[in-house]
Amino acid sequence: MTVTEPDMAAAGDPTAKPALSIDGLEMSYIVRGKPRKILRGVTFDVRQGEAYGLVGESGCGKSTTAYAALRYLPSNGVIDAGRVLSGGEELTAMSASQLREFRANQASMVFQDPVQAVNPVLKIGTQVAEAFQVMGQSKSESEASALAALERVRIAAPESVMERYPHQLSGGMLQRVVIAMGLACDPTLLVLDEPTTGLDATVEAEVLDLVRDLRSELNSAILLIAHNLGVIRTMCDRVGVMYAGRIVEEGTVAEVFDNPSHPYTKGLLNSIPRRGLRKTDRELFAIPGSAPPIGADLPYCTYIDRCPISTDLCREQAPPIVQRSDGHWTRCHHADRIGDVPEPQEVTVSYDIGTEQVIGVNGVSKTFRQRGHEVPALVGVDLGFAEGETLGLVGESGSGKSTLAKTMLGVHAPDEGGEITLRGRKMADKATSRIQESVRAISMVFQNPDSALNRAWTVRRILERSVVKLTGVKGAEADKRVEEIAEAMQLSPRHLDMRPRQLSGGLKQRVAIARAFAGDPEVVVCDEPTSALDVSVQAAILNLLAKLQNEQRSSYMFISHDIGVVRYLADRIAVMYLGRIMEIGATQTMFEGVNHPYTEALLSAVPSVDGVTENRIPLTGSIPSPANPPPGCVFHTRCHRAIAGLCEVTVPEMVELSPGHSIKCHLSVEQLQEPIRIDPDAVLAAPALIDEI
Amino acid sequence: MSNSNFESATDGPVVAAAGAATQAAAGGGSEGKKQIRKEQLRVLYTSPGFIVGLLIVGFWVLASLLPGVLTSFDPKEFVEAGPRVKPGGDAWLGTDKNGWDVYTRVIYGARKILTIAPISTALAIVIGTLLGLIMGYYKGWVDEILSRIIEAILSIPIILMAIVVIFTFGRSTTVIIGTIAVLFVPAITRTIRSAAIAESDLDYVMSAKMRGESGFFIVSREILPNVVGLVVVEGTVRLGYAIFTYTTLAFLGLVGGDITDADWGIDVSQNYEQIARDIWWPSIFPAAAIASLVIGVNLVADSIDKAVKS
Repeated sequence: MTVTEPDMAAAGDPTAKPALSIDGLEMSYIVRGKPRKILRGVTFDVRQGEAYGLVGESGCGKSTTAYAALRYLPSNGVIDAGRVLSGGEELTAMSASQLREFRANQASMVFQDPVQAVNPVLKIGTQVAEAFQVMGQSKSESEASALAALERVRIAAPESVMERYPHQLSGGMLQRVVIAMGLACDPTLLVLDEPTTGLDATVEAEVLDLVRDLRSELNSAILLIAHNLGVIRTMCDRVGVMYAGRIVEEGTVAEVFDNPSHPYTKGLLNSIPRRGLRKTDRELFAIPGSAPPIGADLPYCTYIDRCPISTDLCREQAPPIVQRSDGHWTRCHHADRIGDVPEPQEVTVSYDIGTEQVIGVNGVSKTFRQRGHEVPALVGVDLGFAEGETLGLVGESGSGKSTLAKTMLGVHAPDEGGEITLRGRKMADKATSRIQESVRAISMVFQNPDSALNRAWTVRRILERSVVKLTGVKGAEADKRVEEIAEAMQLSPRHLDMRPRQLSGGLKQRVAIARAFAGDPEVVVCDEPTSALDVSVQAAILNLLAKLQNEQRSSYMFISHDIGVVRYLADRIAVMYLGRIMEIGATQTMFEGVNHPYTEALLSAVPSVDGVTENRIPLTGSIPSPANPPPGCVFHTRCHRAIAGLCEVTVPEMVELSPGHSIKCHLSVEQLQEPIRIDPDAVLAAPALIDEI
Repeated sequence: MSNSNFESATDGPVVAAAGAATQAAAGGGSEGKKQIRKEQLRVLYTSPGFIVGLLIVGFWVLASLLPGVLTSFDPKEFVEAGPRVKPGGDAWLGTDKNGWDVYTRVIYGARKILTIAPISTALAIVIGTLLGLIMGYYKGWVDEILSRIIEAILSIPIILMAIVVIFTFGRSTTVIIGTIAVLFVPAITRTIRSAAIAESDLDYVMSAKMRGESGFFIVSREILPNVVGLVVVEGTVRLGYAIFTYTTLAFLGLVGGDITDADWGIDVSQNYEQIARDIWWPSIFPAAAIASLVIGVNLVADSIDKAVKS
């Protein structure tokens, strides 16, 4: 592998031939016999050595652009106009064999889900070596190259990784392997399509760190597609904001995110909870309406229907490109009036939290039996929910968050000794044996409304069934109740007779929330209710949840991996690891200071849209198998503050640091406060063998 | 109440614009559904496969309902031309060794097959769907036991199985229908079972369990409507196989009646030996009829499948 010395001066040098140049690209998808416009003239350059980000809501054409950059078109995709060039070569004019040559030697793509990008029946080593064999290396050469490639993506013990199969590696490790394969040809162009979307926040941070490190040693141009603005902010030099198949604003990340000039960019940025925003400060800004569907007829400004400052001019003329500063432009008639975009209003709502415990989780453990092994998924969980309170629950996937939710809702029975109480009285273990009063007391909003709503039912039927089943009212009274709930969720009566697939993602989630509120619940478990949604829709849903809570006085258990969202909504936060609560405390306290080392690492992993780079504490390896938890403190294997001889022997007790704030750790407050420095170069991803459970 | 003001300012247009957006994409509400249906139907009507398939199937349906419209002879009527006449002339598909008109026998032969194949398919679909749903939802020992039984049935060669059943229970039409249905149940059950397993993993089933719904309610009201599409596709595919299976049984002389009945399978078996003497028409034309019906059904099934997925 000979890496040509990256000419760092070339990065940002506009005279050099761009590694990728997309020029007026227009594309359509043929759906049910008709072409539907998806790209309406996309133009941008990615220079050598530069990282360029594309952001926008789903359906705006980000991924289509990414695929078009390598001329991967779905079978029903048609290029209507425009060109795609790479280093002066025109991809749109290449023959099939030239194109194959180009993809093999000059470009690589990393997809969203690493599990689908690798062959499950071949060893990692074989697959990585294959990437080199394509380029003409012999078998032995390619094996040596593969080893070097895995080292390059900071995998410790690459020899052992080479011998493993994909299912034996964690998601983050697999994504490293995929990136290693992508880098095999020393691509001039590397396209990353949502490379971290399916991964945990900690793993995401790990992969982003890797890509950032690699950038300095590579000469590749990087095109990064992400819907997470924080990821773009921390990874890219320049960013293009896409809306309805067109780039509406482009510039350096700092310029665009700190000084947005297009009403859409501004709306997006206002819709995410930034800089530690809380629900008591102000509502989030939800961009009204939804993105136009592909194929919509939008001859002029594409954003017109949702724009707060649009005028008749926007409907009659295509907006011009307005230069804001060097390299920062926006496609808007009224760029000078951007200050007129209304700022989200400050609100002074007080959220009263009751003192009585409504629902209690007392000493709940849950042990699954699998092939004769005992797998403790929950170990001695104690939680309480007061009226009107939001408890945020965070932790990596596999930490038992969902198991806790399902146990509370009576899908699993807790182990002997644990109990779920409603106002002090024990509930039956299983939902089918619970009395109506208990069943309606806890309800759930699921992560993915597509899965959570019955596709074959109308919205009315979905809501009515829950009303009838949970409250016992029937007939006209039930109808009336359904309409009331729908109204409270800002669903129009029209929506009641539609089926879920006729609704947008945000509306679907409103229906799911409506169903959860059908029985007038005491506690609503929200399992990542906004992670499948676009940020502007997320804002509307979070506002709705906050409003409902204030009106209905219900409590939430809010499960999320998005720390910003949890911080916005939650009054208290509980941190889970391997089925155990490691820390619990008021949100304010949690973000102010002394934390459990695990919490500390989790908080540092969040890519921030405000561009503040903090000292990140990497969590290497993956969660140990719950079937075989480490002795002593379960976190000691990944802890950066572990004390040898103590943590791996003795199980720490829950210690109350201040009223309401407890952690499960041996370290003293002083020890926990000691600043910690981690040399990023010393961090190698140690391959933890995933035990078969 | 600045809070509520803010809500109405942002959420009013949400609903309106969202409606407009769906209208443009899918057409908003019931119009959207109609619009999609309309476009799917247009794809369907303009697909040559569908038109050809429909014409073929339509022809055979007509033949089975009103054979008298398509031919003026009777299947067991000795036509003037005499036996073993080549195609052309009065008997335009020729006559067989008995002096019966081949064309007339092909037309009259459609009725039995177009009765038995759909009925047995429908029966198999009902039983298979029921079993598949139960196995896929309840899993566990119910699934284990039924799976073993199904595997046992699948491990016996179809024809052998049919012969055993028919020799045991006689050759009545009811037995034939039952036999074909039983032969098809395992395959349908497996398909529906795997779909039901996938559905059971979805959160709406979890949600139903959480509000304490019974298993019967979940299977019949929640899951069943979502596998109906698959049931339809499975049904059209199985119909093609049922036609094959029935004609095979007829060829083997296992369908009862007598060998003079107009029946494609019987006619092929009665006349195929004469191919060696260059008298090919009495066996090849019924065989072609079988093939055309199967092809027609498959063309229609494929086109519907494609239109739904487009």
